[in-house]
Amino acid sequence: MSRGQKDIFLPEPATVLDVQAVTKLEKFFRFKLDGLGLDSMPGQFMEISVPGIGECPISISSSPTRTEDGVFEMVVRNTGNVTGALHRLSPGDRIGARGPYGKPFPVDDAMKGKDVFFICGGIGLVPVRSAIHYVLDHREDYGEVIILLGSRTPEDRMFIDELYEWKVRKDVRFRETVDVADPTWGGDVGVITTLMPHVDIDPGNLVTVVCGPPLMYKFVLLELENLEMPDDNIFLSLERHMKCGVGKCGRCQIGGLYACQDGPVFRYSDIVNVPEAI
Amino acid sequence: MTARVIDDTALVAWVDALIREQTVYGVQARGARFAFGPLARAADLRLDHDVTILPPKKYFLPQKEILNEFDRCKMQFKSVLDGDRFVVFGVHTYDMAAISQLDAVFSRGNFDTHYMTRRANASIVVCDVLNPSEHVFAGCMGTATAEDVRGHDVALTRLDDGSYVVEARTEKGEALMGSMEASSAAEIEHLEGRSKVWERNRIRLRKHDLKMKPDDLPDLLEGNYDHPVWEEKSELCHSCGSCNLVCPTCYCFDVEDELDWNMETGRRVRTWSACMLAGFARVAGGHNFRGSRAARYRHRYLRKGKYSRDAGGDIACIGCGRCIAACTTGIANPVDVFNRLLEDGR
Repeated sequence: MSRGQKDIFLPEPATVLDVQAVTKLEKFFRFKLDGLGLDSMPGQFMEISVPGIGECPISISSSPTRTEDGVFEMVVRNTGNVTGALHRLSPGDRIGARGPYGKPFPVDDAMKGKDVFFICGGIGLVPVRSAIHYVLDHREDYGEVIILLGSRTPEDRMFIDELYEWKVRKDVRFRETVDVADPTWGGDVGVITTLMPHVDIDPGNLVTVVCGPPLMYKFVLLELENLEMPDDNIFLSLERHMKCGVGKCGRCQIGGLYACQDGPVFRYSDIVNVPEAI
Repeated sequence: MTARVIDDTALVAWVDALIREQTVYGVQARGARFAFGPLARAADLRLDHDVTILPPKKYFLPQKEILNEFDRCKMQFKSVLDGDRFVVFGVHTYDMAAISQLDAVFSRGNFDTHYMTRRANASIVVCDVLNPSEHVFAGCMGTATAEDVRGHDVALTRLDDGSYVVEARTEKGEALMGSMEASSAAEIEHLEGRSKVWERNRIRLRKHDLKMKPDDLPDLLEGNYDHPVWEEKSELCHSCGSCNLVCPTCYCFDVEDELDWNMETGRRVRTWSACMLAGFARVAGGHNFRGSRAARYRHRYLRKGKYSRDAGGDIACIGCGRCIAACTTGIANPVDVFNRLLEDGR
């Protein structure tokens, strides 16, 4: 019955190529799998192992357009046992990884040929960054590129060089805000929805991608409704507690859907009637 | 497939023969209750049990199992798969229905080699219920007889005259029956006697009466997401997870690591989890996607009566009644919940 079948729970070894602190709580990692052939798309995640501590799902933040085979980037918030152990790693250290898992952002289908609108709250930027890179690297395949970012404070901003690049690029409309400013901040202040009425969009030709903390979705979706955005052109990346990543353990269920297999990227029209989703 | 008739003495001889060939897990008395355990001799086997404390699921999805062994220094992971063949003897029909459901869950989509290896190594002898338990309602769920369930290798039915009809359902079952000595071919009267037992069990195993067909459950639950019953019942819920832990169709699990004293080697283990536990859906940072008892309680019933069907499976309640007996506050009777939704909808 099981002869020759792959063990879906078996991690592969990988090496830490680079670690950098990006905020007080978050570190950036670049990993390389020992074996090649990581066939990932923006929006997918990996199960990362620090053996002896445990395993947890983490979004891939890099785009396959910018990484060598087997290499992937992540941003990890130090919030638990495994992520705490990851924060203690240095280049050359080894981890286990399996994946990629989950449905990606529709960069090659629904988004293609359309204006694309990225709405990111906090570390919601991390998975969306992979899609932004992918879109910018195939710039001619898309219409307008609009990026909104909301951070809690200026200190929580990540990938500051990249934010600057997006801000100065002529073919990207980038706007950001912070919930709470400090004396260094000269930009917009307020939650991310305060930016949305100021964005000039054509809802008929637009695909929107949303990722942020659980509470953000409700308010962003209300605002998108005000902008008369059709539900089937909205894609949300949803977080849930996951263990296995392969649709077995039941932990990540949203109603009858599995965030790890049916998501984490969902088309809004597919989950608008799933009561637990938003 | 072969159907034979044996008496008590031949049954004992057969089971003893099986024990000499491979590991046999069978139902035995545990004080006033019953449990599956390794069988040392056929005389310990109790086929007159009402219900076992835990379902035989534990032989395929153990309470704790090693998924892989690792070496932190070499960063190596090695799969651990159980290799020995074994027999589970005396599985009640409703528990067999549950095992078939788990077979589908663990083979559909991503193939779970750990569960499926154990399943491939197992031979299952189902037996028709002799003494119904206090809360069984398998008759309402279509799981009351060996005729109604699938996936087992041998079906054993005790007839009213005390003899047993033993029927092979698979090649593996034929092989098991090869170890049987003093038996005779089942005649038409034996098969009729078995049909009588089946007809009776379909009626007898209804200690609670579901006032609808199981197939009606998905629509019923779909329309009652906001019904007050979820709040009302769950007000008494301790979030202890007992209903999950005794459930033959529950399979949610946790995965954690154990490190040896040398701080180098260890193992990754899978253990049972329970969707009724408060932290089941809590994510890093503290947000709990099912933070209220009512939300967790509702989720459990929706999984049993709707989500499993939506995913292409069967209704994930097989009517064993274990949750009813295990719940310390008397809120876990699925029949009460489903009947209430039906009555309020009228």
